[in-house]
Amino acid sequence: MSQEQIEEYLEAIFDIAGENGAAKTTEIAKHLNNAPASVTEVFQRMAQNGLVRYESYKGASLTAKGLRIVIKLKRKHRLLEAFLDKILHIDRNSVHDQACKMEHALSDETEIALCKLLKGPTECPHGSPTPPCTFDVGSCDECLSENTRSLKKRKKRIVSITVLKPGQKGKIAFIHGGKGAVQRLCDLGLTNGTAVSLVRSAPLKGPIEICVRGCNLVVGRDIAEKIFVQAEE
Amino acid sequence: MKTKTQHNAPIQKNPTPDLVLALAGNANVGKSALFNQLTGLGQIVGNWPGKTVEKAEGVLVHHEKHIKIIDLPGIYSMSTYSQEELISREYIALERPDVVVNVIDATALERNLFFTLQLLEMEIPIVIAVNLIDVAQKKGIQIDQKKLRDLLGIPVVLTIAIKGVGIHEIVDEAISVATKKFYAQPSVEIRYGSEIEHRIAQLSDILADTDIGYPQRWTAIKLLEGDVEIAKIVREKNPAVVDTANLLAQEISSIHRETCSMVITSERYAVAARIAKEVEIHSKPIKSPIADRLDALSMHGVWGYVLLFAIMLSILAFISLFGGWVSEILKTLFESFNPHLSGFWSDLVWNGAVIGFYATLSVALGFILPFYIILGFLEDSGYLPKIAYLMDRPCHVLGLHGKACMPFLLAFGCNVPACVGCRILETKRDRLITIFLSTLIPCSARTVVILGLVGVFVGMQWAIILYVIDIVLILLVGKFLNRFLPGVSVGIIMEMPPYRVPSLQVVSKQTWNRFKAFLITAFPLIILGSVIIEFMRISSILPIVSTLLSPITVVWLGLPSFTGILLIYGILRKEATLVLLTTVAGAASVSSVMSPVQMVVFALVTMLYIPCIATIAVLIREIGWKKASLITTSEIGLAIFIGGIAFRAFGLFI
Repeated sequence: MSQEQIEEYLEAIFDIAGENGAAKTTEIAKHLNNAPASVTEVFQRMAQNGLVRYESYKGASLTAKGLRIVIKLKRKHRLLEAFLDKILHIDRNSVHDQACKMEHALSDETEIALCKLLKGPTECPHGSPTPPCTFDVGSCDECLSENTRSLKKRKKRIVSITVLKPGQKGKIAFIHGGKGAVQRLCDLGLTNGTAVSLVRSAPLKGPIEICVRGCNLVVGRDIAEKIFVQAEE
Repeated sequence: MKTKTQHNAPIQKNPTPDLVLALAGNANVGKSALFNQLTGLGQIVGNWPGKTVEKAEGVLVHHEKHIKIIDLPGIYSMSTYSQEELISREYIALERPDVVVNVIDATALERNLFFTLQLLEMEIPIVIAVNLIDVAQKKGIQIDQKKLRDLLGIPVVLTIAIKGVGIHEIVDEAISVATKKFYAQPSVEIRYGSEIEHRIAQLSDILADTDIGYPQRWTAIKLLEGDVEIAKIVREKNPAVVDTANLLAQEISSIHRETCSMVITSERYAVAARIAKEVEIHSKPIKSPIADRLDALSMHGVWGYVLLFAIMLSILAFISLFGGWVSEILKTLFESFNPHLSGFWSDLVWNGAVIGFYATLSVALGFILPFYIILGFLEDSGYLPKIAYLMDRPCHVLGLHGKACMPFLLAFGCNVPACVGCRILETKRDRLITIFLSTLIPCSARTVVILGLVGVFVGMQWAIILYVIDIVLILLVGKFLNRFLPGVSVGIIMEMPPYRVPSLQVVSKQTWNRFKAFLITAFPLIILGSVIIEFMRISSILPIVSTLLSPITVVWLGLPSFTGILLIYGILRKEATLVLLTTVAGAASVSSVMSPVQMVVFALVTMLYIPCIATIAVLIREIGWKKASLITTSEIGLAIFIGGIAFRAFGLFI
């Protein structure tokens, strides 16, 4: 089984069930146009490699290792989309399909170069946020102004604040987005390294309420998705 | 910039005040409450951020000194984000009041001190009012007043603005610092790192001969932060300074590996956090399980919406029932005084003035007053921001975000403050859409017509149908505007204040202020209108005007011919249409001059046809006459179009 196929399976699980949920064999089969029996077989093999946790009735969910691969792929995918759209001016409706195929072949080195070329794009042309890179930086400026070889890798995993569970705490790693919104969030106390907690989030991709420096703030989903934190377990 | 409070100011004998005191601080910390205590005026106070969007003025006489008090809109940072924040910054920096009273929230000291630190950079005399100490105490926070004073180097007073605690000390301290022209030099405590201070000094030096009206050190810091507004002003005078600033900022950001403005913001917050930690004395908080549960319920993914819907519906039902009941009582009461005379003068006085008076009174007491009371409770409890949270996602359909709900809610009371309130939105586009849609929201005057005419005489279900039509129309217009106005909404970033038990005193005072304004403006206008209509009826002018308008009113809308004149007069005040209808009907019931279908169509047209004259005036001020006339004419067109269709469609059902 090729690396590309495995990656497609991982992405399918992520798209259907998200970061923590489990995707059923039938759902994956439908999503990838495969026979359910062969999906089960692949799941079992991936479980052996530590990419997914598999239980026959619940389906497969991503392990930390599997999730890392998916996020890396998503990042490459969104960067490619931005590249095809902004630099090559390819028709916006077809960039997704092309990026889907190209993402598996893109090396990490090219990924970094693309990101720098595009000056750290925070979202794809369709508005989905780009997952952050793995360098230990506080903002994109650091990376743009320096040689990336001198940058250290981040030790802990960074997630968007929107994926925290209600009551869960985290530390601000960095905030992507427009200058105005980023400055406003900083002015309201969300400076790098500040402890925040998620109070609640509204259904159907509504806003979230967070607690920072003893105050509660409501932040719209689009902005909040670009606030990245180091989650506390 | 005029506000109502200016006109109502009780003391205006002294046109040149001895000193000017400005109230500044974060949103929703009690500036307006303090303003009301100091001036005896009625600025709107309520538990939501963004009530005050323009500065208000009042006068206080203290020990024979005339002090002009300025209430500024809430501001979180000098790097302003929305329009009302810019008003505050420009006022403090350019008008330079003699003293600024920085009102800070004791429950959120760190974030409030972040602004205080920026205020100190303005090099202006400051007194700190640590407000809401009672709320903080319940949360287990006490503030060491002496220590805070020592750390900041300026006077600090503990206050509970709503109860008037600490008011005298504030005024005394303010007069004392203002007369001494004392302002704190930044002590070592609140300085930035040496690599930043060094560059601030360097920039200040070259700024020395470029006077732009702002303090030098402050300008230097703003330039390093990359403030667009300030850079623009400086560039006009001395472009080289801006280039140097950018270079220096680059240096700072390469040292810290962060943008310079982030570095400065972080350092300020670090100082604020350190001060807060030193002056806060923590004890065990008093938990309030009810408030927590209410919070969870009202913002719940399902129950929150159910609750919101139930609240809205019960307000409508209550006001409709209550209003109908009050007008019945008043009607019997007034009828018992009817002298039953006829003749020119007695017709004019009785049918014109007295019936006009009675009808306005029943509108005021039956509909407007209860509405204002309920709105006051909603505002003061802190429910408005919860609505903004719940409705943020649905607002995206209109190309807006949740904050737009707050002007929308005000619009149910009156469109005028709603249009002004749109300043809390960040972009011009958002403001325009919100203003347009606000004028389509049925204000209390239109509620009077809908509930008082349709609800009472046709049935509550038809009143609700009218509201549904209005909501659908607002959605369609919003979608249309969203499509054709370029740009996207920036998204909501808003403080969420906790619930509090509404203060009866605050709500009643607020209600009285709003109600008084209504009585003063509406009563004379409407009674005059009644007399005019009665005069036109007696002297046979009415039929002439009616005939002229009849192609629209009679042929297309299917209304009785006299409604033409009512609709024209309704431009002044919309509730007048119902009152004047009562005048036209005279002693008889309204249902004898209009059929149920006509009532529904009449209310529908009244609801939509034009913003009232006061709203048009405020539209012109807020968005210019071009856009204001565009909104006005398109609403007239919409009302006539929809009214005609409704007449033909509703006729099948009623």
